Amino acid sequence: MTELLEPRAIGRGLVRRDGEAKVRGTATYAYETPVERPAYAFPVQATVARGRVTAVDTSAAEALDGVLAVLTHENAERLASTDDQELAVLQSAEVAFRGQLVGVVVAGTSELARQAADLVRVEYAVEEHDSELVVDHPALYKPEKVNPSFETDTAEGDVAAAMATAHATVEQTYSTAMYHNNPLEPHATTALWDPSAEVPLTVWDSTQGVHPDRAAVCEVFGLGQEQVRVICPYVGGGFGSKGTPHANVMLAVLAARAVPGRPVKLALTRQQMFFLAGYRTPTIQRMQLAADRTGRLQAIAIDVVEQTSRIKEFAEQTGVPTRMMYASPSRRTTHRLAPLDVPVPSWMRAPGECPGMFGPEVALDELAEALGIDPVELRIRNEPAVDPETGKPWSSRHLVECLREGAERFGWADRPPARHREGDWFVGTGVASSVYPTMRMATSEAVVRFENGRYVVEIGAADLGTGAWTVLPQIAADALDVPVDDVEVRIGDTRLPEASVAGGSSGTNTWGSAITVAAREFRAKFGRDPGDGDEVSGSVDQAAMDDTRAAYAFGAQFAEVRVNADTGELRVPRLYGVFAAGRIINPRTARSQLIGGMTMGLSMALHENSVWDPRIGQVANHDLAEYHVTVNADVGDVQAHWLDEHDPYVNAMGSKGIGEIGITGTAAAVVNAVHRATGVRVRDLPVTLDKVLPGLS
Amino acid sequence: MDAEISLTVDGVARRLTVDTRTTLLDTLRERLGNCSPKKGCDHGQCGACTVLLDGERALSCLALAVAHDGAEITTADGLARGGELHPVQQAFLDRDAFQCGYCTPGQICSAVGVLAEVDRGWPSHASPDLVADPELSHDEVAERMSGNLCRCAAYVNIVPAVQQAGGVQA
Repeated sequence: MTELLEPRAIGRGLVRRDGEAKVRGTATYAYETPVERPAYAFPVQATVARGRVTAVDTSAAEALDGVLAVLTHENAERLASTDDQELAVLQSAEVAFRGQLVGVVVAGTSELARQAADLVRVEYAVEEHDSELVVDHPALYKPEKVNPSFETDTAEGDVAAAMATAHATVEQTYSTAMYHNNPLEPHATTALWDPSAEVPLTVWDSTQGVHPDRAAVCEVFGLGQEQVRVICPYVGGGFGSKGTPHANVMLAVLAARAVPGRPVKLALTRQQMFFLAGYRTPTIQRMQLAADRTGRLQAIAIDVVEQTSRIKEFAEQTGVPTRMMYASPSRRTTHRLAPLDVPVPSWMRAPGECPGMFGPEVALDELAEALGIDPVELRIRNEPAVDPETGKPWSSRHLVECLREGAERFGWADRPPARHREGDWFVGTGVASSVYPTMRMATSEAVVRFENGRYVVEIGAADLGTGAWTVLPQIAADALDVPVDDVEVRIGDTRLPEASVAGGSSGTNTWGSAITVAAREFRAKFGRDPGDGDEVSGSVDQAAMDDTRAAYAFGAQFAEVRVNADTGELRVPRLYGVFAAGRIINPRTARSQLIGGMTMGLSMALHENSVWDPRIGQVANHDLAEYHVTVNADVGDVQAHWLDEHDPYVNAMGSKGIGEIGITGTAAAVVNAVHRATGVRVRDLPVTLDKVLPGLS
Repeated sequence: MDAEISLTVDGVARRLTVDTRTTLLDTLRERLGNCSPKKGCDHGQCGACTVLLDGERALSCLALAVAHDGAEITTADGLARGGELHPVQQAFLDRDAFQCGYCTPGQICSAVGVLAEVDRGWPSHASPDLVADPELSHDEVAERMSGNLCRCAAYVNIVPAVQQAGGVQA
């Protein structure tokens, strides 16, 4: 058990501290850093999906007045480490996927850099490529672990036997599309290499963690941490794609080192982001459910097939939520990867849980229908007393309460019958569960200092719009027992104490724990009347952590879908979520995170789909006109509610993390509602008109 | 090829030489140091670059600077005069109508444009009556604001913010 902070500032819906700068547009994002005489870099990308660069002609580019450098694998500096093949930019002639970086131009203006990049002539020896994910791909293999370090396969009991004897079974294959994170701020960097400076490399980068970003740059370029400073006060969205640095960061630094003393700006174009900035792998999920007459699961199994790139493995842990979500004596989860000639997949909001709460939550709906049991009730009947995977007790688990409260708020009991029609529209409702593990990273440090009559808290944390600028002062204020206005928090700079990545919904849990340790030690050391300059540092590893309990946030989402009987047009007028995510630090910013996650889930259900063209090996719809994300008019009444959950086992704040849970389960709730409305069961996302229309007549 | 042009940006007259390929957006961001309008796609697909161009909302990434000699441009930063936030900006703060803030200046300029368009009686796809004065209903606002993507998906807060700024209690 942890001694929970007495909430005074915690729990208040304070307005964002960075809000005024953001509504004026004066918050400075990476590319916008004011620097003297900036130069501009523009990448050159491979135009074949697999092969080898045989010749490069940069003469036309170099002949342009104002071009400062043209780098290719032939003349770029040799990097200290090429272990990470995604980051080893311009080191070899090999092309592992279409759009891979083969050059970069640095010039005095952005227009000139782009023009010159277009003039770089690259010839290739083209090899046959294989970029299409199929369920029976001959090269499927079992990765050693799945992201980040889960067992690849698990098995308990006898799924096959249960399937053979159970009262009801479901055996279906579900698939999720390829998705691109697409934060509105493109991946962007301003980098300055000044060998004469005390810190020769300064990188203003759009990143979810300045310290992990710096560590990667140091590794690739063979620099010491004291030689590199990374600064990032604001991030224009990341959703995982800025959680681990991609090739663009290294290319910006490489370009900067080619023009010492001259700051270089590099922003990927929206189109380039579809090749270089990570994405969520498409997944194929073969589900098996077996249940007795009362709906109690006898077996649950998920066998996942997904893709990775040939140069770097990323294994999305899609099967992991099935291991803990529901009670069942027999369980199996497996993951297999197809190594393809494709860009490198990576983190995207709730890796694992987001796709992994699609297949199972739709399959449960199919089981409920087969048994004639209400889908809310079916989930309640399969509530496990302890974590089925580990046998550990839950730190807290209020899924059932979320389902019940959500049903009440939504009016689930009065749901329209199947294939209910109102005028031109079929109307249906659906439900699904949400889950996300409560994480805390191993490393983070905070300094608390008394400075000019105020308390200053320093930690190299990141605010991706999540509210860290606002909620960390709330935590510090309660830990110090002072008004929140007396606390100033400084984040986003490697000169500040080391902080973990803003990922895994762990930021507030981790940084808040470090701040609480530092604040408590500060009070213990200096009492309530500190002197100017008194300071204490605290580390997250000093904070109590209870590993004997399984810690997760849970939720339930309810969707109302309307399907036009003539056109198949799909609308979602209502989407309600109820979550049990521990203590909510700031209800204003928390609500925005949760509705944001749910709306991105709606986007996944109906709109998002990176359409892969296996003939040429690239995303065909690689811009925001054709890669559809949910827009304002697509959204109706989206509500996020939460239970007042008390969890003394997770951390001093009692918080569980809310950045990702909102996107989990949403697509399943929508698909289940579509089925209720139309009788059409769509098992491959997104749900589009062409998939429902044939079933409407 | 370069050209000399004059622009009034947030009330300040500027005279400058631009590459004729330079967009209004890049002129603001890379020549004049006004980074309030954002570059999200550079193709007029996301709305982050929205400014008020001679009083109308416009996508500055789709406008060439040389074609707008003499234009008056207001960015979100310019909407806040004398330290006072514009009512749309205040409403965005009140309703937490953003998270990361990157689309926000464009959303706000767009919202100012929307309110003016509704005032003038311009109908939209969502207007039930193309002749009657449109009301600031949810559907009207959502439709008119749909050229501005928000990946953080603050849409359900943006609509009431725009309604609040337009004097409608949402």
